[in-house]
Amino acid sequence: MAAKFQPGDRVRIRVGSPPGHFRTPAYVQGKTGVVEVLHGAFPNPESLAHGGDGLPKQFLYLVRFDQTSVWPHYLTTLQDKLLIDIYEHWLEPA
Amino acid sequence: MMEQRVHDRGGWPDAGLIDRAEHTYAMWEKRTDAIRGLLGAKHIIRTDDLRRAIESIEPVKYERLSYYERWLVAVEALLVEKGFLTHEEVDRKMEEWQTCER
Repeated sequence: MAAKFQPGDRVRIRVGSPPGHFRTPAYVQGKTGVVEVLHGAFPNPESLAHGGDGLPKQFLYLVRFDQTSVWPHYLTTLQDKLLIDIYEHWLEPA
Repeated sequence: MMEQRVHDRGGWPDAGLIDRAEHTYAMWEKRTDAIRGLLGAKHIIRTDDLRRAIESIEPVKYERLSYYERWLVAVEALLVEKGFLTHEEVDRKMEEWQTCER
């Protein structure tokens, strides 16, 4: 299994609120960022949280956003970044 | 706009400032942490289980509970769900202790 994205790729975070546990906060959903680091593949917490085995593993990425693109009224330094870990099934090409 | 659940606080309207004051933990909070650690070491409760159980607390109750109170509610719910305890057993034990303290 190969990772779909590489550092430097632009990605959009999917929008959704599945019924169980997930680790993609609402404030980044629908926002566009850039892959900073490919951490590797890890058991899927959305499965682990409900008694599952976490398989298939999901690739996990560190994704970088401009704070000004995440928060509409962000007022301080324009260079500020948000860095957040997001699993691959929450990402689509942007 | 996606539905934002009670634990998903980033950008929460009227959330106010984060209280960054240091505070000491009560003994029951340390014990709660220790119990969770033991249940994790024994592969009974996973971190992801605990998160899911905390996120499943009914929103009004979630707001009323402190951090470790949420942990306690979640640990009890998971131990019942996994068949290690019943709510009746927990309630009975609490009554015993309250009787002892009188």
